[in-house]
Amino acid sequence: MPATVTTADVWAWLGQVPDPEIPVISVVDLGIVREVAWTHDDGAQTLRVTITPTYSGCPATRVIERDIEAALREHGVERVALDVRLAPPWTTDWLSAEGREKLRAYGIAPPERAAAVACPRCASLDVEPISWFGSTPCKALYRCKSCREPFDHFKCH
Amino acid sequence: MDPALVEFLLRMGDNALVLGQRVAGWTGHAPVIEEDLALTNVALDLIGQSRLWLAYAGECEGRGRSDDALAYFRDAHEFRNVLLVERPNGNYADTMGRQFLFDAWHLELLRALAASRDARVSGIAQKAEREVAYHVRRSGDWVIRLGDGTEKSHGLMQAALDELWPYTGELFRSDDVDRALAAQGIACELESLRDAWSRRVDGVLAEATLARPKDGWMHSGGRSGRHSEHLSYVLAEMQSVPRAVPAERW
Repeated sequence: MPATVTTADVWAWLGQVPDPEIPVISVVDLGIVREVAWTHDDGAQTLRVTITPTYSGCPATRVIERDIEAALREHGVERVALDVRLAPPWTTDWLSAEGREKLRAYGIAPPERAAAVACPRCASLDVEPISWFGSTPCKALYRCKSCREPFDHFKCH
Repeated sequence: MDPALVEFLLRMGDNALVLGQRVAGWTGHAPVIEEDLALTNVALDLIGQSRLWLAYAGECEGRGRSDDALAYFRDAHEFRNVLLVERPNGNYADTMGRQFLFDAWHLELLRALAASRDARVSGIAQKAEREVAYHVRRSGDWVIRLGDGTEKSHGLMQAALDELWPYTGELFRSDDVDRALAAQGIACELESLRDAWSRRVDGVLAEATLARPKDGWMHSGGRSGRHSEHLSYVLAEMQSVPRAVPAERW
């Protein structure tokens, strides 16, 4: 492993790994990558990546783990160890500001703990929930009463 | 190995697994698409939670059994879920009534376990708590919508509650396992959850214009492996494929 690879490089690479179900945001934007560190295991340098999964039953979790490993190997990291950390539990508060903007641009209203849900297309606040669950565990379905378009809302969690 | 801890973890895992499997039975059959999505997502959450509990149970047991081995290769008498979760899906009032009575209890239990002195128990509970807080909002909404709906929906919801009520006693009756773990600060005595559960249930029933059934004779036994006839059918469906081809992998 080239000794020149810093954890900042690794963060940048992981920032290019898309979430398998919402590919406009990366696994870093999503806030599931918690820690990146080099360790010495059995005399060899190992890259330890700590992730905190989103929902317990999210089918994307395993794909994400595989994608992270694959991306790091592509960049020449030979020894990768993935640690899963459950606590503190993942929360949408960990979504990056950039990730929120990418979601909005993609047509998904980002989670807002303090503010009301706004239509990602016309920004109207005159919206109503249609379904508490959407196409993935992290989303709910809404409808905008101003522009009449349905949209996904990334639930606060 | 602490046998009480293993037993407790199996109970947690089996509650989530059996209810998850039950709810998943609606997939493709729900009355509207939004409900199909919701039920499937709730089932996914529960099955995901059960994996976390059962994986830990297998590690503590120390016999090399994985979460899958525990889910697929135990028979009904080895399951430790409460009887409530194996009740049949019935009509929508039966399903949502079962979900609400369980969710309201599950949430209080997970809140208590979040403070466990066992870091792994605490971690799983904290994670599951967020998911279950969402489940109970939805299941409570359905009890209200059906109870405060038409004459027919009200009748069905009340009948479902009356039918399910005798299965709620088991949720609040501690045994030696609960007491031993409560003494160690790992879990809690189930009686301590009753007041908060009652407050939530009473609030929803009042809004739903439903009558709280009277506490009478209560069924019990699931937590020590004595189940109703329904569980074997649930397991037969869930376990048939892995048992037919045990070495197969996805």
